[in-house]
Amino acid sequence: MPRRSAISLPAPASTVQEAQHDLPDPRGPRFRRPPIRRKDSMSDPGKSLFDKVWEAHRVRDLPGGQTQLLIGTHLVHEVTSPQAFAMLRERGLSVRFPGRTFATVDHIIPTDSHARPLQDPLAEAMLSELEENCRESGVTFFDSPSGNQGIVHVVGPEMGITVPGSTIACGDSHTSTHGAFGAIAFGIGTSQVRDVLATQCLALARLKVRRIEVVGSLGPGVYAKDVILAIIRRLGVKGGVGYAYEYAGNILDEMSMEERMTICNMSIEGGARCGYVNPDEKTVEYLRGRAFSPTGAAFEEAAEGWLAMASDPEARFDDVIRLEGSEIAPSVTWGINPGQNLGVDEHIPRLGEVAPEDQAGVEEALDYMGLAGGQAIADIPIDVAFIGSCTNGRISDLREAAEVAKTGHVQSGVRTLVVPGSQEVQRQAQAEGLDEVFRAAGFDWREPGCSMCLAMNPDKLIGREVCASSSNRNFKGRQGSPAGRTLLMSPAMVAAAAIAGRVVDIREVLSE
Amino acid sequence: MSEPNQIERTSGRGCVLRGDDIDTDRIIPARFMKVVTFDGLGEHAFEDDRKSAKGDHPLDDPRFAKASIMIVGQNFGCGSSREHAPQALVRAGFSGFIGASFAEIFAGNCTSLGLICITLEEVDLERLRESVDLDPSQEIVIDVKSESVSCKLGTLRGNIPDGTQEQLLCGQWDALGMLLSAGAEIDATADRLPYGNSRSRRDLSP
Repeated sequence: MPRRSAISLPAPASTVQEAQHDLPDPRGPRFRRPPIRRKDSMSDPGKSLFDKVWEAHRVRDLPGGQTQLLIGTHLVHEVTSPQAFAMLRERGLSVRFPGRTFATVDHIIPTDSHARPLQDPLAEAMLSELEENCRESGVTFFDSPSGNQGIVHVVGPEMGITVPGSTIACGDSHTSTHGAFGAIAFGIGTSQVRDVLATQCLALARLKVRRIEVVGSLGPGVYAKDVILAIIRRLGVKGGVGYAYEYAGNILDEMSMEERMTICNMSIEGGARCGYVNPDEKTVEYLRGRAFSPTGAAFEEAAEGWLAMASDPEARFDDVIRLEGSEIAPSVTWGINPGQNLGVDEHIPRLGEVAPEDQAGVEEALDYMGLAGGQAIADIPIDVAFIGSCTNGRISDLREAAEVAKTGHVQSGVRTLVVPGSQEVQRQAQAEGLDEVFRAAGFDWREPGCSMCLAMNPDKLIGREVCASSSNRNFKGRQGSPAGRTLLMSPAMVAAAAIAGRVVDIREVLSE
Repeated sequence: MSEPNQIERTSGRGCVLRGDDIDTDRIIPARFMKVVTFDGLGEHAFEDDRKSAKGDHPLDDPRFAKASIMIVGQNFGCGSSREHAPQALVRAGFSGFIGASFAEIFAGNCTSLGLICITLEEVDLERLRESVDLDPSQEIVIDVKSESVSCKLGTLRGNIPDGTQEQLLCGQWDALGMLLSAGAEIDATADRLPYGNSRSRRDLSP
């Protein structure tokens, strides 16, 4: 028996010629809602945003079909850059465009205090190394004293550094986050960080583009996190290999920029190197007045250019799939990769219910998680609740979690961490009194950083603890304990789990 | 003309690591990334998996000792972009990976280090696994030009993406030299794309 899916199956790809759109375009009259055509359609050619960005940034073609692509903006953090700067020095090279390079410290920074020297000498050494590298090369460093420190994928957008139609690279796989603005943003390794520092370029093979439309409406308690988990469940953790994902449909159009960031952030968890949403008036308004945004007439001129980068109405795609928003439930992972997730009202699959090729993976996951096939995902007891990360550490995430925090008090014995994604998010949350809401409900309010998403800092699971987490990866050992267990879910669901001491259906909390 | 860095093939004994979607957190747990060099990462490759397997991990299997070719499943190296993963594996003695598919960032990082990733059809991959399990001492050769794997079974046709194959065969897998040689073309492209943001920095005080 095949695994039950919360989502209807797509029409066979070859028959999907045009997606029907009945709803008005919420981006306003400037936009004509496009009839979506597959690449094999016989209509006039149009360009996707991906095509336009790729062509604008092509420096030259390379042998073997690769392109030397200009990387307009390079974001740097302390973990993947020190070796890159060292390699640069070994070759007698310097940072070619320091004005296009921005650094922050996020992975290793403790969230109890940013006071220097950091208590962990290894962390202090990494931070010092980044400081020195930035000073030497003239790179802007958003460190803690600047008041602009935060998780690199939170800082770029809020500073107005992330703009539509740009290319961005960072030595971090969640760089896909910046696609929310219509940027093509790549996570890269350290040798490529070196390449971008030295040349502001990458050698890349062109990706195919899959348009993923999420249409209809989302029910109460269903957040952007649930939408991306549903997409990954449907397409699999390797379904995106070779693709850029274009997220579209009226639900994406109606989402805030922060919700779009949550979606694009987890593109990589679906195997896609990058994901994006076409820029619209919401994108423009988000960027207006940001620290690095142009001002006055220059802003309006830039905005025209940004909007023109959106996919053409007649753009063709290598694949088009559609999800019905009404079929997406508040979701929770039960396994050891983000594709192993369920609606909170479903039961964990039994071995006999999954496809033969998935059985070994399911067996390994159940064994690691200490869960049984057939068990309900709701009611699983939790030990730790983590709200934060580049996926869900922005102000809207904290507001949603705080609403739930108002309904009760953290269950005794549950350890909690609420970690703003940046100092700016922290200031805004404190100005709104969210920190007090969390504290009053027994949550631990922390300083900004990556925290327990990957536990390269003192925030770690212990032993086999189960963590309800608003982060992005439930890999074995991801949260710092080799036996630690992660249940990914939306920030509101994490807050509800902290209060109940177990996984709960957020819809029950919201309806009370 | 022969480029000193040309990589045409790699060969050695195989190590069979079963399982799909093996992520880079498992290859090198994040706590070992608190370093400013890649030295010493090799000894921590798969450390948590090996500990939890209590000696029953392929990397601790004496039959696979001295292996330099890792035979993996689907989507190997998914997750984090950390180059620390292939840096750890090369320091643990591996120079080539044969799998059903590879995560893109991992594969790109391997190319940057001159490591070869080749994919095989599932049926051939399973035959190779069984063959190496039965005779771990056999020599396996990954040939870049013919995109094939040679072993006791004979020659298995595989796939290496065109751009990667070109980089390996031309000795341009370390892309830096090639990228630098674009010279003024880089500046011309950058001048065309000012973005506004890099030129209009305002007061940053909070």
